[in-house]
Amino acid sequence: MEPLHILKERKAQIHRKGDAPFALECNKDSLAGAVSQRACVFCGSRVVLYPIADAVHLVHGPIGCAVYTWDIRGALSSGPELHRLSFSTDLQEMDVIFGGEPKLYKALIELIDRHQPKAAFVYSTCIVGLIGDDLQAVCKRVEKEKGIPVLPVMSEGFKGNKRAGYKAACNAMEKLVGTGDTSGISKHSINILGDFNLAGEIWLIRDYYQRIGIEVVANITGDGRIDDIKRSHGASLNVVQCSGATMDLANMMEERFNIPNIRVSYFGVEDMAESLYEVARYFNDAEMMEKARILVRDELETLLPELQQYKAALTGKRAAIYVGGAFKAFSLVKAFRLLGMDVVMVGSQTGTAEDYEELQEITDEGTIIIDDANPLELSAFIREKDVDIFVGGVKERPIAYKLGVAFCDHNHERKELLAGFSGMLNFAKEVYSSVMSPVWQFVPRRAEEEIS
Amino acid sequence: MSKMPNYISTTNACKLCKPLGASLAFRGIEGAVPFLHGSQGCATYMRRYIISHFNEPIDIASSSLGEKHAIYGGSANLKLGLKNVTAKYSPELIGVATTCLTETIGDDVQMIIQEYRDEFQSGAGEPLIVSVSTPSYSGSHMEGFHAATKAVVEQLSSGGERNTTINILPGFISAADLRYLKELVSDFDLSATILPDYSETLDGEALNEYPLIPKGGTPLSAITRMGCSKKTLECGRTLPDSTAGTSLKVNHQVPLTRLGLPIGIRETDTFMSALAEVSGNPVPEKYATARGRLVDALVDGHKYIFGKRAIVYGEEDMVVGITALLAEIGVHPVLCASGGKSGKFKNSIEAVLEGLNCELPEVHENVDFFDIEERATELKADMLVGHSKGYTFSRKANIPLIRVGFPIHDRVGGQRLLHIGYHGAQQLFDTITNTMIAKKQDDSDVGYSYM
Ligand code: SF4
Repeated sequence: MEPLHILKERKAQIHRKGDAPFALECNKDSLAGAVSQRACVFCGSRVVLYPIADAVHLVHGPIGCAVYTWDIRGALSSGPELHRLSFSTDLQEMDVIFGGEPKLYKALIELIDRHQPKAAFVYSTCIVGLIGDDLQAVCKRVEKEKGIPVLPVMSEGFKGNKRAGYKAACNAMEKLVGTGDTSGISKHSINILGDFNLAGEIWLIRDYYQRIGIEVVANITGDGRIDDIKRSHGASLNVVQCSGATMDLANMMEERFNIPNIRVSYFGVEDMAESLYEVARYFNDAEMMEKARILVRDELETLLPELQQYKAALTGKRAAIYVGGAFKAFSLVKAFRLLGMDVVMVGSQTGTAEDYEELQEITDEGTIIIDDANPLELSAFIREKDVDIFVGGVKERPIAYKLGVAFCDHNHERKELLAGFSGMLNFAKEVYSSVMSPVWQFVPRRAEEEIS
Repeated sequence: MSKMPNYISTTNACKLCKPLGASLAFRGIEGAVPFLHGSQGCATYMRRYIISHFNEPIDIASSSLGEKHAIYGGSANLKLGLKNVTAKYSPELIGVATTCLTETIGDDVQMIIQEYRDEFQSGAGEPLIVSVSTPSYSGSHMEGFHAATKAVVEQLSSGGERNTTINILPGFISAADLRYLKELVSDFDLSATILPDYSETLDGEALNEYPLIPKGGTPLSAITRMGCSKKTLECGRTLPDSTAGTSLKVNHQVPLTRLGLPIGIRETDTFMSALAEVSGNPVPEKYATARGRLVDALVDGHKYIFGKRAIVYGEEDMVVGITALLAEIGVHPVLCASGGKSGKFKNSIEAVLEGLNCELPEVHENVDFFDIEERATELKADMLVGHSKGYTFSRKANIPLIRVGFPIHDRVGGQRLLHIGYHGAQQLFDTITNTMIAKKQDDSDVGYSYM
C-alpha cells in the first residue's frame, strides 16, 4: 500500500506512527540513484569546523568542494573572519598524477604567511584519499616550520556520510584540546559545544549562561577561537547541543579530562529553559538555579504575550520537518506545538536509532517519520498531509515552493536567529509571515481545493 | 602594465567545477535526469548551488559511491543507480557525468554503460544514456557545460538529408535569454533546435505536483536530427576548439558559424545578420525598433556613465560580451577577469573592443577573487559587473555591483536576467546607468531629484 514513489530498498527507512511496531532503519549509505538530500563526509567536517574564525580552512582537492562551501553558512564572528574565505589547492590533473603534496605544502605556507592565522585546518577530499597524499606528514612539517597547529581533517567525501565527517572534525579538534593554559578558570565553567553561531545565536546563549553566573570557556565552534579550544579542558562541564556534530569531542574530553557532558537544545521555550536548569542542576548551586528561574520568567513574561497573536493565527496548521540532525527535530516538534500547530512529518539526514525512537514517542499518531529522504518522497508526503509549512534546509526550499507550501530554513545556511527565547519569537514570526502570506491563494494547490 | 603574481593557493575561486556545468547542460534536455558518477556529496552540493541561483528544484542523481567502491570500482553502483533512476523517474535520457573520484579510480564509464544496456535495457521505452568525462580537476564548469553538449550531439545526433532547421548552441546564458532566443528565431520564421534549453526546466511555473522531471528542454527527437540541419550557429568566442558545433560539422557536414554571445549592439547585430542570412528574411520590424530605441536610450543616458571604470568578471564568454556592451556605452572596462583558462580570453576582448576608441583593459584568466581584489584596489573602479561572488569585495570597497551571469544567489530572479539581444542590452544599460545615477545621488550632500 506504500505509494509508488518509494523505492523498495528505502521502505524500512520510512515509518507511519501507529501502523506497526516502531522500527526504522538508519545510518546506512544513501542508495545509488535515489537523489538523497545528504552531502558527504567532507561536508560534515566543514559544517563543524567552519565557524572557527581565526583559522585558515584549506580544502585540499579540486575546486568544487571549496567553492560550494564558500561562506554559505550563517556562522558569525565577533572578530576575525578568516572562515568566510574559501581556500583551496584547486588540484589540477598534474597534481593528481604526480601527487598534490608539494602544492599543498606551498599553499599552506603561502596562506599562513598571508593571514597569520592561529591554526590551519586542512580538509582531505575524495581525490586526496585516492591519490594517497600524506596529509599528516605535510601538516606536521608546516606546523614545525610555522609554529602554529596545522591540523589534518580526514574528511574524504566517500568514506561514509556526514556523520563520519563530524567525527573527523572532532578528531582534528582533539589535537588542540589540552594544549592551552587553564589557570584562572572558574569552577562554574562550561564549554558550549555544537552551536555554530548562526546569525549570532551563541552570543545570546552565552549571555544567558553568564547571567546565571557561569563562565563560558570555549565556544565550539560558533564564533570559535583556537586559543579557547586549546584551554577548553579547563572547563567543568561540556554542554552539547545537537545530536551528532560535536558529541565525539565531548566523549573524548570525558575520557581524557574527566569532563562530563550534558545534551541540550536551544530551540523552543521549553528546551531553552531546560538547558539552563540542567546546567544549574549539574552545579548543584541554589543561587544559580534561582537566577535561571528568574531569567526564564523574565524572558517568558515578554515572550509569551507576543507569541499569542501568532498562535491564534497558526493553530491547527500543519507542519513538516526535515533537518540534518534529529535532535533539532525534537525541539521543532515542541516549538510547533507551542504555536498550536500539528507536526505531520518529521525526518532527518543523520538520525540514530535512539533519535528516531524518541521522535516517535513525542509525535502524534499518523506522523510520518523518515530517514535520509529524497525530493520525491518529501514532496509526496507534503502533498498527502496537505502541509502548511515545511522546515528544512535550502535544498528542501524549492520542493516546498514548487508545490505552493510555505518554507522555513532551519539549517546551517540560515541567516535568521532562531535559538533562545528571542529566537522562538523570530521563529513564530517567520512561520506566521510565510504561512499567512496571500501568495498561497494563488498557487495551484489552493486553486484546486477551491474547485473541489 | 602590471603583472599578476603567481599564487599557489586559491582564495574565493571565480569558477565552478566541470560536473556542475555538465549537470546544467543535461538539465536542458527534455525528459533528462543528470546523473553524477561519484560520491553523494558532489551531487548534493551542486544541487544546492544551482538552487541558490534558480530557486527551482533540480534533482541530480548520484551513484553514491562509498569506500569499497573507491577500491573495487564503481560499476555495480552506477548500474544500480541507473536502474533506480529509471524506475523512479522514467526518464527519456540519463546524462551521466564523471567526477574526480570516478575519473581517478579509472572506471570505464562507456563500457559500464554498454554492459548496463546489454544487461537491463532489452525492452522498448528504456532511457537513452549519454556519458561525458568531466574530471573536476581539469577545467571549469564551462568546459563541463560544453563537453556535455558535445557528448549529447555526438552520442545522439545522426546525419541524413538536409532539412531547413538550424542548430543554435547558445552557450551558458540565462533562462530569460533562452526564452528571448526562442522568440527571436520564431520571429525570423526559422525552425531551430536550441541546445541546451533550460528556459523552462530551470524556471518553471508553480505546480501542484512535484515534477519528476520538469517539462521543457530540447526535445530528443530534435537532437537526433541535428546532423541534418542546414546550419549551426554556435555562440562563444572562447570556446574550445572541439565542441558540439565542430562535431556536427565533422561528422555530419553541418556548416558551422561561430559568433560571440549576442551581448551589446555589435555582437547582437552580427547575430541578427546571421539569422537574417540563414532564414532569408530581413530583421523583423520589432527588433529594428528595439535597436532604435536602444540607441535613443544610449543618447539619453551617455553622460551619466561616460568614462566610468568597470571591473568585469565571470565566465569568459559572458565577460567578453559584457565588456563589449560596456565599451559601446562609453564605460571603460579596466579589468576583465575569469577563473577560466581557455587561452582565448585576451584576444576575444581585444576583438570586441576594436574600433571603439577604448583603451585596452587588463585581462586576466585563471584568477580568483583574491587576485581580482588585489588588482582592483589599484584600478579605482566605479562599478563591478559580474555575478554575486563579487559582493564581498563590492561591499568592502563600496563599489556598486551590477549583477549579471551565474550565480546570482543574493537576489531573486537571476534566471530572469536578460543579457542578450537589443532588449537585453537595453535592460543592462538602464540598470548600469541608474546604478551610477543612484550612487551619485546617494553620495551627494544635495541629492538632486530631477535629471
Ligand atoms: S563528495 Fe568528494 S569531491 Fe564531492 S564535494 Fe564531497 S569531498 Fe568533494
